[in-house]
This record gives sequence, structure tokens and C-alpha cells, in this order.
Amino acid sequence: MVLNDADRSLVAEIQGGLPLSSHPYAEVGERIGMEEREVIERITRLQDEGIIKRLGIVVRHHELGYTANAMVVWDVPDEQLDEVGEKLGSESCITLCYQRPRHLPEWPYNLFSMIHGKDRQRVLNYIDAIIESCGLEGIPHKVLFSGRRFKQRGARYQ
Amino acid sequence: MMDSVDRAIINRLQGGFPVSDHPYRKAADHLDISEAELIQRLEQMLEKRQLSRFGPLYNAERLGGGLSLCAMSISEEDFERVAEQVNAFSEVAHNYARDHRLNMWFVLATETPARIESVLAEIEDVTGYQVYNMPKKEEFFVGLRFEV
Repeated sequence: MVLNDADRSLVAEIQGGLPLSSHPYAEVGERIGMEEREVIERITRLQDEGIIKRLGIVVRHHELGYTANAMVVWDVPDEQLDEVGEKLGSESCITLCYQRPRHLPEWPYNLFSMIHGKDRQRVLNYIDAIIESCGLEGIPHKVLFSGRRFKQRGARYQ
Repeated sequence: MMDSVDRAIINRLQGGFPVSDHPYRKAADHLDISEAELIQRLEQMLEKRQLSRFGPLYNAERLGGGLSLCAMSISEEDFERVAEQVNAFSEVAHNYARDHRLNMWFVLATETPARIESVLAEIEDVTGYQVYNMPKKEEFFVGLRFEV
């Protein structure tokens, strides 16, 4: 899908949040010179096309008690990557699972998963359970807990 | 503190929000509360910064932007200085210290994919440290929802 100027102005207008009022789409439309119906149609299409992944609440997970945030990285043989990625991605406590490039020799890990939990011990227990249920005993991994968070904001669009 | 209604709102509205002429009323109906109460509770949770925002979560790549995860290995005595220098870039979306030799991990979000490389080069220039670029190659799962 190619975004036109009207889509772009809509994307920029709502990026910081929807108005908290009875007719938020009408209010958005008023600001950018669009009918409510058109705003609704365009947002629906942006969702269908996957440009809007999700509409609604975006939480600050740290403030909700998810303070143990672990990046668990795996050094998976290339030929097993898809299989292991799918398995890990289907585990309920994994919040993200991506393939990323290795940087040898420093960084041999090519599969990245995130687990957000309320304390470190619980996260470590999840990881043990995942290794067992996915049969990952032979795959080297490393757990990188987050320490300080310096900055958190969404990406901004013009 | 959060009560059961706040929790129900968070659990339900991370999964989507109606796109129709009266969306808050429709969402409130499902939660058995009034539209006014839903709006008021969302305002309060935003004010208390329990919610980051109420709106869209975009797919940066499909919007034509660049996105990457980057890591650096910073010595302890330089850590504060480098953190400040890195965070000063508006393209740095978030930045976490992590317990590894690669001890600083940040996400870079740029207006175009080509900008990623040039911002990385600028960060290396300013800080004097190497940046490891780890862009996503394949996505197996994105959930990122939090039950409360």
C-alpha cells in the first residue's frame, strides 16, 4: 500500500494518541480537514494493511510491574533457525522473537527473544521451562537482563 | 493503585479499539461501565504514566521508516557520558543498560532506512565507540501484550 498525503497527515495527527472524547475520529477529522467517515475508512485500511499493528492501549510495562525484562539470545544453527524461531514464538511468555545478524567473533547469537516478567527468578524459571518444552538443551543461549532504562519514547513520524 | 476495572480495561484495550462513530461507548459496553467512566479512567492512567499512550502502534518499516536494534560495549568510566550522547539523538527511541560486555542497547528509528547507517556513523564519531547494528532479518512473533 502506498500512503498518500491524506494518509500521512492522519498518521502524524494520531501518533501521539486519540482524543479522549465521545467522537474521537470526528475530532481528528476536524483538525486535518477530513470527514469522520473518511477518517474511519482510512484507519480501517491502515489496520488491514498492517501499517497500524494495533490500536488502543500502549502500556508502560515497567510501571505495570513488569520490571524484569530479559533479552534471551540464542546461537541457532542456520538450518534450524526457522524451526526454533517458530517454536519460541509460540511460547506464551515470549513477547517478541526476531532473527538478527551475528557479529562474529564477539556476538554469535542470531535469534533474539524477549521475556517480560515481574521478577528475575520467575523469568529464569520460564527460560528453563522453555528450554525443556522446545528441546533447546543443545543450543547456546545468554540472558541479558535490562538494568537502567535511559529513554523510552515511540518513534515519531512527520 | 489499580483496581479490577482498570485491569480489565488494560487487558481488553491492548487487543484493539473500535473504529466507529462512538468507539468509547462501544468499548465501555463490553466492560460494563459507562463511556464517561472509561474516558476518565484512561485519562487517569495516562496521567499516572501507567499507559504510554492511547492510540496506534505503527509498523515503522511499512511506513517507510528505518528501524534497528544497536549495541555498544562501553567502559564503566565512559558509560554516563556515552549514554547522554546517545540519548541526545532524536532517532534513539529507547535505550537500556544490559548486563553483558555489550552493555548498552538502543533502538534507532529513522525517517528512511538509509538514515540508519548515517546516524550510526554519527554516533560512532561523537562517542568514539563502535556500534553493532542488528537490524531485524526475520520476525517470528510480536505479541508485546501485558496481562495485569
